[in-house]
Amino acid sequence: MSVVNLRAIASIYRFELHRFRRTLLTGLMVPVITTTLYFVVFGGAIGSRMTEVDGIPYAAFIVPGLIMMAMFTESIFNASFGIYMPKFTGTIYELLSAPVSATETIIAYVGAAATKSLIIGTIIFLTAHLFVDVPVAHPFAMAGFMILIAISFCLFGFILGIWAQSFEQLQVIPMLLIMPMTFLGGAFYSVQMLGEPWRTITLFNPIVYLISGFRWTFFGKGDVAIEFSLIFVAGMLTVCLGIIGWMFRTGYRLKK
Amino acid sequence: MASIIEIEGLTKRYASGFEALKGVDLTIEEGEIFALLGPNGAGKTTMISIICGIARATGGSVKVAGHDIVRDYRGARDAIGLVPQELSTDQFERVIDTVTFSRGLFGKPRNPEHIEKVLRDLSLWDKRNAKILELSGGMKRRVMIAKALSHEPRVLFLDEPTAGVDVELRRDMWKLIGELRQTGVTIILTTHYIEEAEEMADRVGVINRGELMLVEDKTALMKKLGKKTLTVVLAERLAAVPAELAEWDVTLKGDGQEIEYIFDTQAERTGVSSLLRRLGDLGIGYKDLNTAQSSLEDIFVSLVHQEKAA
Ligand SMILES: Nc1ncnc2c1ncn2[C@@H]1O[C@H](COP(=O)(O)OP(=O)(O)OP(=O)(O)O)[C@@H](O)[C@H]1O
Ligand SMILES: [Mg+2]
Repeated sequence: MSVVNLRAIASIYRFELHRFRRTLLTGLMVPVITTTLYFVVFGGAIGSRMTEVDGIPYAAFIVPGLIMMAMFTESIFNASFGIYMPKFTGTIYELLSAPVSATETIIAYVGAAATKSLIIGTIIFLTAHLFVDVPVAHPFAMAGFMILIAISFCLFGFILGIWAQSFEQLQVIPMLLIMPMTFLGGAFYSVQMLGEPWRTITLFNPIVYLISGFRWTFFGKGDVAIEFSLIFVAGMLTVCLGIIGWMFRTGYRLKK
Repeated sequence: MASIIEIEGLTKRYASGFEALKGVDLTIEEGEIFALLGPNGAGKTTMISIICGIARATGGSVKVAGHDIVRDYRGARDAIGLVPQELSTDQFERVIDTVTFSRGLFGKPRNPEHIEKVLRDLSLWDKRNAKILELSGGMKRRVMIAKALSHEPRVLFLDEPTAGVDVELRRDMWKLIGELRQTGVTIILTTHYIEEAEEMADRVGVINRGELMLVEDKTALMKKLGKKTLTVVLAERLAAVPAELAEWDVTLKGDGQEIEYIFDTQAERTGVSSLLRRLGDLGIGYKDLNTAQSSLEDIFVSLVHQEKAA
């Protein structure tokens, strides 16, 4: 065997995508329908009263936020589920007894989950085009940003899946933390529209920087400078990798 | 024979503080079938879990095929196939996919012929396209064995392979283990059934409360097994064994109330009738006679009880 167990990575990756294919229809329908609903509610109802934000038509303005929101949820859900299920059913024994390193395990699981979120992000992007014209100022930056976000949130989901000891715990962080933070993080409005002190308070929410950065790739401007957004993405990646590294070194909640 | 597993001073303390292994030393020879016997909670699964990488040892060391299980885990795990005690499978996967997946996970190149052979040997070939959830419990266990064999391990761990399996399947399992052994695979199995160890193992280890109490060649154990003990309950106590009984090598038990004579049931002359005749000649009366087989089970039970009494 080579220094890196590439076959193991490929096997896990395929296994995970296969799991995804089994639930393909619901897996894709749910985010598409949810996004459409958001579009109808926010774009239609609010957009009719608020035509422009920062010189951008409101319906187009919310597209990056919608994509980010779906990718946050999907990444966390897919990655946490991917590693939680084997723990729950007991099939994790095979992974633990296989000649597979921690890094290989992460690449495979996070890679597969990130692939899924990227597909979903792209589909939402295309769905949005059915409703509204969305200009993309920096297409490569946009793709890169999506990839980084997918990886960061999948890493986060992976941590969650290892930490969780029940389905309830698996749900609680996305529902009670990520969801509100996304709503309050400027997914549907510009932070600039807020009055003080809310504006300053909102800037403590890291999600603001992520959504703003993604919006920048579309419209060439965001709530905060793109450099700040990149720092937050890099920070999130580093923190998640650090936690995962520690988890594997100590066998945290994986090994008895 | 070369040794394939070397366990030294292995200890395990769970997070709860419970000491499941208290310093186990054991060497497994390549190609042998080793049966690990022990009551519930003895530490069998704990020991296997540590060797296979599912649990961490608190102390001691294990080498598999010359590779330390921690420092050189790839080398060690490469050589190991594990069938755990609990049935856990990916219910929605097809049999052939899950077995192929296992091979890939262990970094081995695709080999459909080998997968087919494993499935055929385990009578699963007809079910290869079935989802695992459509299989019976016994079939699921065989799927787990197929997964463990998919990457051609040198050592196979079977943690209670015949628990919850009917008599016929148990026979099949024994047959399969025998065949595997022919191919040179080392097999370590745990069981509660003495007959299983008797049937298959080359060596038997008895573990209780985290301590290995006995490791012996099965044939040596069987020698003890082939023997019976005759107990003669005397009418009156004897102070010592009379010289006239010297040729039978009897021992006095129960404060001189009983005479014990161990004989080989396979022997031409067991010496039982001549002993009884001699007793009559000497005028030693007896109230009762009783013979008992000293089975592995007896040895096992007495070992476990000794421990409990201690
Ligand atoms: N995760 C754990 N945390 C704490 N104690 C544990 C844990 N797993 C096992 N034990 C304890 O360690 C001891 C040995 O357990 P183990 O599963 O190794 O026994 P075993 O010999 O395989 O028993 P059985 O024949 O019932 O399968 C038991 O007393 C058990 O309660
Ligand atoms: Mg056990």
